[in-house]
Amino acid sequence: MNPPQPVAIRVRVDPVACDAYGFCAEMLPERISLDEWGYPIVDGSPVDPGLVELATRAAAECPRRAVLLEVVRPAS
Amino acid sequence: MTTMTLDTASRLLAGPAGAPSSPDLATHLAIHGTLEVPGRDDRRWRSGMWQAVSESGLLGRGGAGFPSGAKWDAMRRSGRRPMVVVNAMEGEPASAKDRVLLTYSPHLVIDGAEVAAAVVGASEVVICVADHSGPAAAALETAITERHRARRSPIRTSVVRPPGRYVTGEESALVSWLNERPARPVLRVDKSVPLRVGRRPAMVHNAETLAQVALIARHGPEWFRRQGTPEAPGSTLVTVGGAVRLPGVLEVELGTPVIDILDHAGLATAVSGVLVGGYGGAWLGPSRLDTPFAPGPLAAAGATLGVGILIALPVGSCGIAETARIARYMAGESAGQCGPCVFGLPAIAGDLEQLWAGGADRGLLDRIERRAATVEGRGACRHPDGVVRLVRSALSVFADDARAHADGRPCVGYVSPTVLSPSVGPTAPSGPAGGSTPTGRSAW
Repeated sequence: MNPPQPVAIRVRVDPVACDAYGFCAEMLPERISLDEWGYPIVDGSPVDPGLVELATRAAAECPRRAVLLEVVRPAS
Repeated sequence: MTTMTLDTASRLLAGPAGAPSSPDLATHLAIHGTLEVPGRDDRRWRSGMWQAVSESGLLGRGGAGFPSGAKWDAMRRSGRRPMVVVNAMEGEPASAKDRVLLTYSPHLVIDGAEVAAAVVGASEVVICVADHSGPAAAALETAITERHRARRSPIRTSVVRPPGRYVTGEESALVSWLNERPARPVLRVDKSVPLRVGRRPAMVHNAETLAQVALIARHGPEWFRRQGTPEAPGSTLVTVGGAVRLPGVLEVELGTPVIDILDHAGLATAVSGVLVGGYGGAWLGPSRLDTPFAPGPLAAAGATLGVGILIALPVGSCGIAETARIARYMAGESAGQCGPCVFGLPAIAGDLEQLWAGGADRGLLDRIERRAATVEGRGACRHPDGVVRLVRSALSVFADDARAHADGRPCVGYVSPTVLSPSVGPTAPSGPAGGSTPTGRSAW
């Protein structure tokens, strides 16, 4: 059996759903900042393992469910 | 609105010169030749036709320039029976080519849709024409009825009339409308997942692309490649406007230098820039008018082919003011869904208005650049990205004007008549300058 592939996640925002509550930037400033109108600007690079829990909370606590966590498939 | 062709290019617009009305089926077949589309069981024909279109190198004519053969391949592999959606929405106010094509040669578009449908095994063709494009829709309806009577309708084909706004022609917005939802773009997390109408995958093609398919089906890929460039073969329709004596739609070979196209439309005066691609396109400076009209060379010059638009801005008009008008219009055409578009585009439009009016504060130019960077890539669709590209090109092509305005010198050119469509810019009350002819929606 092959060893399990390391899986990375990255953050995305659904701009249609987003209503600029800003909780995500508060929870995960390492990857999310806010523009001058309060909408999230996302750094789409993979989330460090130590930040995965915070990223999950950022997604879970968005009132609009606009924060998406995307699995980055490792290059095979 | 005029239609004409450069001598070598007359393919889509072949036919009796200046014929304003759409030809009937018999005339259409006399001009272009017959075309038999066999039934579903003719697998050899289907794979041969897919191969012909792939080898032709045809790129979509709706703005994205995606290879049609690859699009068909994905559908053929889907194992489903798709719906062919013909996108003739032409939400771009500067464009008239699809309406001209549908009015001038509706049977060619239907031919192409039938070929595409047969190759991918589609069960239905739906042609989308904006609700304000009456003559184009009427020409299509007449053509469809005629084909029924002649028993030449191998597939169910209908015309629908979505609302004609800028973003309703964006393919996900169009498909959303076909699903009886608002005609607004949707976020596509994975673009390789096809759009669906109900359960059927939707294969969306621009109307002109399908007319090209109808010609490739008749004459083959080698014939098609005899025009254009190796990377962008064939002819294409261009809507030319602004400071030209004969604004209208031309058919040109891809790769024709921009200046030759403008000259053919009767370029009336020296230009300070040319708007290429559309309102989400880019300005091309006067030193680059020899750029070949093809995706690669235009991209290298910072522009884009877009939906095939050239608008000549005469010397003495203000490129910054025109860009501000477009940005304000585009802000109003936002679907209103994504914050960066809803707030960013009006902010950028406001900055540009402040700039040409000579009321710049310190840092205005930097603020425009910063806001452009902030907005870019952050909508569900590419609407804001088009504005960003246009604004950046304006600040580069009209850099001297921008600096003069930023130093507090208001524009003198803003009182010149706008070269934009009446729906976009307030037309200044002065007389015509430099023999320029305002372009517009004309009779369409």
